[in-house]
Amino acid sequence: MRISLGPVLYFWPRERLEAFYAASVASPAEIVYLGETVCSKRRSFRPDDWVQLGRELAKAGKQVVLSTLTLVESRAEMGVMKRLCRNGEFLVEANDLAAVKLLAEQGLPFVAGPAINVYNAYTLRVLRRQGLQRWVMPFELSRHDLETILADAERLGVRDGLELEVYSYGRIPLAYSARCFTARHHNLQKDQCELRCLQDPAGIPLRTQEGEEFLTINGIQTQSGRIYDLRPEWQDMRALGVDIMRISPQPEGTPELVQRLHDAIRQGKPLRADPARACNGYWYGGPGMVFHGAGDA
Amino acid sequence: MELVCPAGALPALKAAVDNGADAVYIGLRDETNARHFAGLNFTPERAAEGIEYAHERGCRVFLAINTYPRPEGWSRWTAAVDTAAQLGVDALIVADIGVLDYASSRHPDLPLHLSVQGSATSAEALEFYQQQFGIRRAVVPRVLSLAQVRVLCETAPVEIEVFGFGSLCVMVEGRCTLSSYVTGQSPNMNGVCSPASAVRWEQKPEALESRLNDVLIDRFKAGENAGYPTLCKGRFEVNGHTYHALEEPTSLNTLALLPELLAAGVKAIKLEGRQRSTAYVAQVTRVWREALDAVCADPGGFAPKPQWQQALVKVSEGTQTTLGAYHRPWQ
Repeated sequence: MRISLGPVLYFWPRERLEAFYAASVASPAEIVYLGETVCSKRRSFRPDDWVQLGRELAKAGKQVVLSTLTLVESRAEMGVMKRLCRNGEFLVEANDLAAVKLLAEQGLPFVAGPAINVYNAYTLRVLRRQGLQRWVMPFELSRHDLETILADAERLGVRDGLELEVYSYGRIPLAYSARCFTARHHNLQKDQCELRCLQDPAGIPLRTQEGEEFLTINGIQTQSGRIYDLRPEWQDMRALGVDIMRISPQPEGTPELVQRLHDAIRQGKPLRADPARACNGYWYGGPGMVFHGAGDA
Repeated sequence: MELVCPAGALPALKAAVDNGADAVYIGLRDETNARHFAGLNFTPERAAEGIEYAHERGCRVFLAINTYPRPEGWSRWTAAVDTAAQLGVDALIVADIGVLDYASSRHPDLPLHLSVQGSATSAEALEFYQQQFGIRRAVVPRVLSLAQVRVLCETAPVEIEVFGFGSLCVMVEGRCTLSSYVTGQSPNMNGVCSPASAVRWEQKPEALESRLNDVLIDRFKAGENAGYPTLCKGRFEVNGHTYHALEEPTSLNTLALLPELLAAGVKAIKLEGRQRSTAYVAQVTRVWREALDAVCADPGGFAPKPQWQQALVKVSEGTQTTLGAYHRPWQ
């Protein structure tokens, strides 16, 4: 089982990104995803900066993957996507079918990110023909779905050589919109957003009128309020054939978290999630917000 | 520019045909389509009746098989594709890549449209679907601005169909799992959003509360219009302010943009609302038929008639309408 660091989903200033990735060098995460996947106005790093950072991390022994924007609306955004897909050095995580097309036409292998709708092995088969090398399962699929999709993939002859990655820690990106909810919160229009999401390194909590931390506003992305925490499932994941567990970068504590997961895997020890903050309902085939504790799953 | 109208049952289909639809889109009575609601949609027999009725009057029928099958459901989705081919529908509206692959290889003569649930927003994404499956048309998500629609029409390898009127998804269709986060059921997997089975209304002394799987979506004081608790349209608290943090209950209405959509090269206008009544379908089809005829006859002199707008507002969610993402400030 390998550990990956997903792309940073929030808008962090350049210094914070640099510090985060500098700290990641020493962490046991073997794979690092770089790039802006949420909003093209977040430019602490330009595409060439990501590539440059990628070179440094690769030198330090990491496998570097460049992640593309998920919702592509303008030709300028398409230009950035093309730049990433034609970087000539690093594997690319496609978060939209446009990226799949751009990578496939160059004959390049690619990673299908969790925003690509793969719900069955027949879809996997089409993407495998295009060069799919690694599949990150969509969030709303369950352990059972994964198991049956893999069995089908085996039957269709497309399982061999396919790497499997599961989003295993972080708030869940639940939805994308043309609208920026952070700008809306500040009574600003998206085109004059003043980059207000820089103020919130982990997004803005959205609560119900009863005070329940329900969702998280992150620009045009809406995330879960709870943290999807599948770290306690690592043994089961390994048995299922999952190759990589993805940790989504948080403003604080990510290197320690990666270390603890790595240690648990190495020592064969169980891990527990925090029932007050965690959810894992999707994994168990129900509402994503629910938390199933050890014993009641 | 074609008018594509919704029908959740045979009387609605007839109403759409009789009021001037160029095409009607329908779904089968199961989770293979994105309006999988109790009592709605067509058995194969009713669909055959509807197709005959439409074809006799020069109207086409599209069938939506636009949800994403998981392994256990796969054979139901392929059976739906085979049924559609036997019925002689004029096009299939599909989202799932596996289902598109199946349909294009088993029924190569059956025209395919990419559903809005396919989330394609660029020419490059549409090229993927066109090259792989020969799709002829794509319905694009309600996230693009007018300028972006124009560019897409110029560059896309297929016809572009856009939403003109109806309930507004504020999120990109096909890329929203808010509903399954709360209820376990989603548009992609089950063809439902914020399903009625998870809704609970509770009259408290101070307010009427709507809940979705126990999560408080909204509170309505006496006299407030209590809308259906679609979860993105609730009132939530952010940094001490309670408001419609994601979207108000409004409907999309692009009547005023028709000359621009026509000039952009949009091939078809789609009206939302397979879950709505026959009277709704008749009303919106009639208004939009008149408007499309007017704009095609004289694009430069087109102005939406006040009586059209009044008629549409009357059937709108929350009785207000918006230009949505087409109009940049909405974003």
